[in-house]
Amino acid sequence: MITLEKPNTYKAAFKAAFPHTLPVMTGYLFIGIAFGVMFADKGYNFLWAGLMSLLVYAGSGQYLAVNFFDPSVSLLQVAFLTFMVNVRHIFYGLSLLDKFKVSGKKKPYMIFSLTDETYSLYFLTKTPPGVDEGKFLFALSILDQSYWIVGSMIGGLAGTLIPFDSTGIDFAMTALFIVIFVEQWLEKKNRFPAVVGVVASVISLMIFGKDSFILPSMIIIMIVLLSNHRIEEKKNKTGEAENNE
Amino acid sequence: MNNLPISFWRSVIIIVLVALVTLATRAIPFVLFPEGKKIPKAVEYLGKVLPPAVIGMLVVYCFKSVNVLSSPFGLPELIAGLTVVVLHIWKRNNLLSIGAGTIIYMILVQTVFA
Repeated sequence: MITLEKPNTYKAAFKAAFPHTLPVMTGYLFIGIAFGVMFADKGYNFLWAGLMSLLVYAGSGQYLAVNFFDPSVSLLQVAFLTFMVNVRHIFYGLSLLDKFKVSGKKKPYMIFSLTDETYSLYFLTKTPPGVDEGKFLFALSILDQSYWIVGSMIGGLAGTLIPFDSTGIDFAMTALFIVIFVEQWLEKKNRFPAVVGVVASVISLMIFGKDSFILPSMIIIMIVLLSNHRIEEKKNKTGEAENNE
Repeated sequence: MNNLPISFWRSVIIIVLVALVTLATRAIPFVLFPEGKKIPKAVEYLGKVLPPAVIGMLVVYCFKSVNVLSSPFGLPELIAGLTVVVLHIWKRNNLLSIGAGTIIYMILVQTVFA
């Protein structure tokens, strides 16, 4: 494989990855701008917004974090609330344990940059033939973060210079997830877990309320999917037994 | 710089803390199941079926603040959301679906349902 590697593989990877990142670019520029505007309203200019997007890199996490810059909020609250809003990331890692094996030295960055949108892209796109998968995934993730940083800095500048009504701009993120959901649905594979995800989340939203439903939904999703796995395995085993008879 | 709500260094500490906790949520699975260690079958299965489930959860997450019991009864979200679904099934163009949905939503919440 090494002998087949061309010197321009990074270039090829970025070229192949770029078109796939366009929806994320739209979403990230918009919601990044919205974050920059919100942060600027708090008194933090575009450099602060850029720093946060470079080091934290989390959509809803950074939206929430805007509220942390207040004398009434303790560091313990900061840590706890950040953990709760980002706890869903644990699921992402679980489904990428295998995929990231190709990443080598780039793996720490791949883990750091695991946002909702980038994660979704990993499952929406296939590495084109002739392109190194590790480099392709890396290109997707670094392009995404660059949009996020640029978006939040534009927002930070705009929020300080020209006040504009960005109400509703964060719908870009919602639209992106709906698009990915529809794509997956049209593929017809994995409709069962998709339904489980929606139903479990709606039920736990109704029971636990909007501020604390993610963790219970994650637990319900795990229990349902694992029970289903058990049942399927049992079926397979009895099926085999019958075949053997 | 002199009109920050809290001190410069406290602001820096908060950003670093948020960064570290966020990174921890992303790194936990990789710390628990490092390369070379055998991944349990159940975890392997979860890895396969979680992505569609998580996307479903994220869609619900985005609509979590919608109140269907009081005005505007989630109508802007419903109209814009359906626009995205219908446009996407029809044209299957990511940018078009996301862009149109977002613009329609912004117009709805800023004018019609303001």
